[in-house]
Amino acid sequence: MSLPATAPQGRPLIETRGVTRVIGGDIPATLVAGIDFAVQPGEFVAVTGPSGSGKSSLLYLLGLLDKPTTGEVYVDGKATSELSEDARAALRLSSLSFVFQFHFLLPEFTAMDNVMLPMRALGKLNDKEMQARALDILASLGLGDHARKRPDQMSGGQRQRVAIARALANDPLVILADEPTGNLDTVSSGQVLSIMRNLVDSSRTDHAKAIIIVTHDLDLAAKADRRVHIVDGRIEAPAPQDD
Amino acid sequence: MSLVLSIALTHIRARLRQTLVGLLGVATGVGFSVMMAALMEGSQRDFVSQLVDALPHISVSDQRREPPPQPAEDAFDAVEIHGLTTPVIRPGIKNPYAIIASIESWLPGAVAPSVQSKAVLRFAGRDTAASVVGIDPRREPNVSKLATQIVAGSLNDLYKSSNAIILGSGLAKRIGARVGNSVTMVGGNGRTMSATVVALSRTGVNQLDENQAHTLIKTAQILAGQTGLVNEIRVRTHDAMGAREIAQRIEAETRYKSVSWLEANEDLLSAFQVRNFIMFAVVGAILLVASFGTYNIISTITHEKTRDIAIMKSLGMPARTVRRIFVLEALMIGVMGVIAGWALGYAMSLGMGQVEFKSPFMDATRLPILYSPTHYLLAGAVALAASAIAGFFPARKAASLQPVDIIRGAS
Repeated sequence: MSLPATAPQGRPLIETRGVTRVIGGDIPATLVAGIDFAVQPGEFVAVTGPSGSGKSSLLYLLGLLDKPTTGEVYVDGKATSELSEDARAALRLSSLSFVFQFHFLLPEFTAMDNVMLPMRALGKLNDKEMQARALDILASLGLGDHARKRPDQMSGGQRQRVAIARALANDPLVILADEPTGNLDTVSSGQVLSIMRNLVDSSRTDHAKAIIIVTHDLDLAAKADRRVHIVDGRIEAPAPQDD
Repeated sequence: MSLVLSIALTHIRARLRQTLVGLLGVATGVGFSVMMAALMEGSQRDFVSQLVDALPHISVSDQRREPPPQPAEDAFDAVEIHGLTTPVIRPGIKNPYAIIASIESWLPGAVAPSVQSKAVLRFAGRDTAASVVGIDPRREPNVSKLATQIVAGSLNDLYKSSNAIILGSGLAKRIGARVGNSVTMVGGNGRTMSATVVALSRTGVNQLDENQAHTLIKTAQILAGQTGLVNEIRVRTHDAMGAREIAQRIEAETRYKSVSWLEANEDLLSAFQVRNFIMFAVVGAILLVASFGTYNIISTITHEKTRDIAIMKSLGMPARTVRRIFVLEALMIGVMGVIAGWALGYAMSLGMGQVEFKSPFMDATRLPILYSPTHYLLAGAVALAASAIAGFFPARKAASLQPVDIIRGAS
């Protein structure tokens, strides 16, 4: 199946215009080179490309974890390059969330505490509301019975689902996933993928979200609405069918 | 519960061993500081208190700091006179009871007359020099602790015999006399009189106990060969530390040399200042070492939590929140350490208070301990400040971490 590389028209949830990221001192390296990229509400976009092509770097720029050397990242129409660190953190907390290859759950906290963490940082709900929401999200991902377990008491797939639950905690506009199935077996990978697909599909009717997923997994990429292929920090279009 | 408190508490609970090590570091520092301060200041206060109790707060003697002016100097302002012999002045304070009444009219305290004389005590064929103090047993308890320092007999036993004498316990031991024995006193002018030992006193200060004896004023006057002699007025003030100012006023009013216990022991009190400086230096060093321990623990916890910090920041937690978490952890360890340190310090002080201590200058006694809230508050405040500082620097470093750097490395 050939997936479109260009975004449908409309106001994007997240967008880059001429974004470049250069690192290093004496011998600079260009991670991302002038990328223009936009993701619309309700889109599930896969970013593919060979190792070192700049996929994850683009994801970190989109997630405001990193600042572009030139260009601009817009989140829900808002330019972000001039924002202070605290303002970027606040925007990240309310509108964006990450799922990484490694679950990155806080090891001393239970699944529910981990899911409640972004909610507590945002501070919009009281304790009871946060607990109820965390339990609902965990239950919707099949982890209702594991809410009181710590990460070391769960399997790899369960931990990654808790990480997804945490990413959903503040009902973000965009979920950014960096190889979310990279450490999982086939069954768990299937579960995680299906959860993400359902998230986008179910959100289309109300408060549409977008998912941007960086992956090497072509099966996973094939299930996305759109595929963006990156080579040497640039988007190649149209996307190839394999790497 | 706030997010910062919740995360800090979870870290502390989960890292129980490290928390305990940090806590013990602070507790040991605070505990030893409290114990050291209690011991040092306790011994100092005890020494001063014995000194103050053993002697009157102010001693007004029949001496003058400056010799009285010659009558000719009063008569001729422009004349300078050389080579005149100072007139013989009858020893003793003039009109002592009028002066006593005058002082009593304004003094917050009590006043008593006394006669200071030197004598040789002869007993069992041995002569021993002693300082014989004539006192008024009715007034004396108001100006000294002599009444409570009697270990055999009583102060009022001075009235039981015509020439009664109370010997210092050390003096009695030196000459081998007991209560009921008769000793011979030889005054400075060679006058000899017999006296009966009616009681023994012990101040705890060996120098006094081995050299001092007390008689009635009248007996001391006979021994000195001067009827009506009062050569010292003894004053006790309600506030021992205010004795210097009162002594100055008495001297200004009476022109007689008035020496407060503070003036008499100035050298000793200066030595205490040096001692206090050393004490605070030692206590400060102990707390400083404990602070390094806390710094080490918090640094280690922070270092181990680098990945978690990256995650918290990637979720959108601001740097200041991350900083607060680690400063709070340090403060929690500090608070728990301070409380444990107070308990440790109190227990060690109690233990030290049970240790018997033999001083070459005093009777065998237990180590004097001062239980002062100031010591606890001071040690606690320093330890908490040190913990906060020890937490702040690793916390600042943690908060400045770029999550991307950590996530790239960990993924």
